[in-house]
Amino acid sequence: MRELGQNKRLNVGIDVQSVRKDFPILETNIDGKPLVYLDNAATAHKPEVVILRETEFYTHQNANIHRGIHRLSEIASDEYERARRRIAQFFNVAHAEEIVFVRGTTEGVNLVANSFGRKFIKEGDHVVVSILEHHSNFIPWQQMAEERGAVFQVIPMDDKGVLDLEVYEAMLSERTKIVALTHISNAIGTVNPIKEMIQLAHARGIPVLIDGAQSTPHMKVDVTDLDCDFFVFSGHKVFGPTGIGVLYGKERWLDEMPPYQVGGGTIRTVTVEETEFLDPPAKFEAGTPNIGGAIGLATAFDYIEELGMERIMNYENELYYYAREKLGALPGLVLWGDGSEIAAVLSFGIEGVHSHDISTFLDSEGVAIRAGHHCAKPLMSRLGIPGTARASFCFYNTKEEIDHLADGILKISKFFS
Amino acid sequence: MDELFELYQEIILDHNKRPRNYRPMLEHTHSADGQNPVCGDEITVYVRMSSDGIEDISFQGEGCAISKASASLMTRQVKGMSIEAAIEEFRRVQGILTGSESVDFSLEEVGDIASLSGVRRFPARVKCATLAWHALKAALEGTEAISTE
Repeated sequence: MRELGQNKRLNVGIDVQSVRKDFPILETNIDGKPLVYLDNAATAHKPEVVILRETEFYTHQNANIHRGIHRLSEIASDEYERARRRIAQFFNVAHAEEIVFVRGTTEGVNLVANSFGRKFIKEGDHVVVSILEHHSNFIPWQQMAEERGAVFQVIPMDDKGVLDLEVYEAMLSERTKIVALTHISNAIGTVNPIKEMIQLAHARGIPVLIDGAQSTPHMKVDVTDLDCDFFVFSGHKVFGPTGIGVLYGKERWLDEMPPYQVGGGTIRTVTVEETEFLDPPAKFEAGTPNIGGAIGLATAFDYIEELGMERIMNYENELYYYAREKLGALPGLVLWGDGSEIAAVLSFGIEGVHSHDISTFLDSEGVAIRAGHHCAKPLMSRLGIPGTARASFCFYNTKEEIDHLADGILKISKFFS
Repeated sequence: MDELFELYQEIILDHNKRPRNYRPMLEHTHSADGQNPVCGDEITVYVRMSSDGIEDISFQGEGCAISKASASLMTRQVKGMSIEAAIEEFRRVQGILTGSESVDFSLEEVGDIASLSGVRRFPARVKCATLAWHALKAALEGTEAISTE
């Protein structure tokens, strides 16, 4: 595996030109124009070390895990479990058994909604989410509540996209069985005060699930410090492969929860009459998992740690403020989500121009952004808009790219005026 | 860039800015909602049929320049047509927009709709152009809502 350059380790900031060389796809041209990739909240690109690690697995280590009594199977099993420990360490999880590999955030939330719901949620109980949620942390709870006759409650926000904590606190009661909250809004970038919100729930003995899909790539997450009961994220948004993600769950919950899917890899013993399941995490990982993906994801965390989360945060903050100032000065531009805390997501609109037209136009300039409702339709309804255009940044983006975005927006305003 | 100007022709920009027949219709005989789940766009098409065919047609909703202009152009194109003729027109236009129809068509033959044929170079945008037409077909066939997915 290639070592990161010495300069990246010593500098206080990020040497972005050197970092960009770690990501082969950033050399892509779109219709002869250099790719300006500002759709990182949808998926992030992969550093070469991750691509090479996954290739290495399939080239030299591929076998099924926890089954074969042969050398390759032992190696694959070791590497897979090493990946689990690596990820546990990154999130300051004491027991690697609390790390369950899933396909991504969506599967992680579905697992908890389904399994926790079946075990702990009864008719008349309450389930709390927020209006900021991505559909993947909204629909599973809404559907589960409906199926179990529970009450589905949604924490409201103000016009800027900040959740109303007073209403939230008033919502919590002895009937509340779980709270599911996004750490950072994927659509408008609000950073929720989750630590405080977790404490409020815990004061009443209510467990909390955090959707970390948008926070994991941009900030240091310490689940022990947060004290959340569940934390889910997607590997592909954090520079790892697609189709792999993680559900962290406190042992006390995972022990009691029934399996979500059942099958190979989950059982202690099976008879015609009954099945006895293994302990977590095995009982939640039915079937052959994404072994190569898990190993590649662990390498992605090596990469991030080497680069340094502090430096990533500092650099991205600088980029974000630059973008906000630059775009905020453009005529006819609307910026959404002016929360007190901000993330690497900048949602905007141009007066009189639909977000899809913005996106098609910017694409012709080589600029990739996301347009539409961002899988957060309840939030869009609350804002009274069909959708937004969203530029989302990460540490390999540059100020020049933001200038490019701003130039594109100016051209669009002129074209449609 | 050329492809972009082919997509956003003057006539499209004009119909986007000043959509024709953009209004609700209380006394309609047919109506349907069209939804594009990818972008969240929603459009409602209203039709009033008389014995002579489509007497009046209008639409309302949120949409991009392409879907708005397409809906606007559609209302002009199908006015006066019978249900059968309008559905036949839906098939023809769909062919033009998705590229399944022969590329050789003259502007007089297909009318202003031809200005939308630029979407064929933008696969992600074809559904924007066909949304209103799908809603029209659903309305005429008595379906209340359709989705482009």
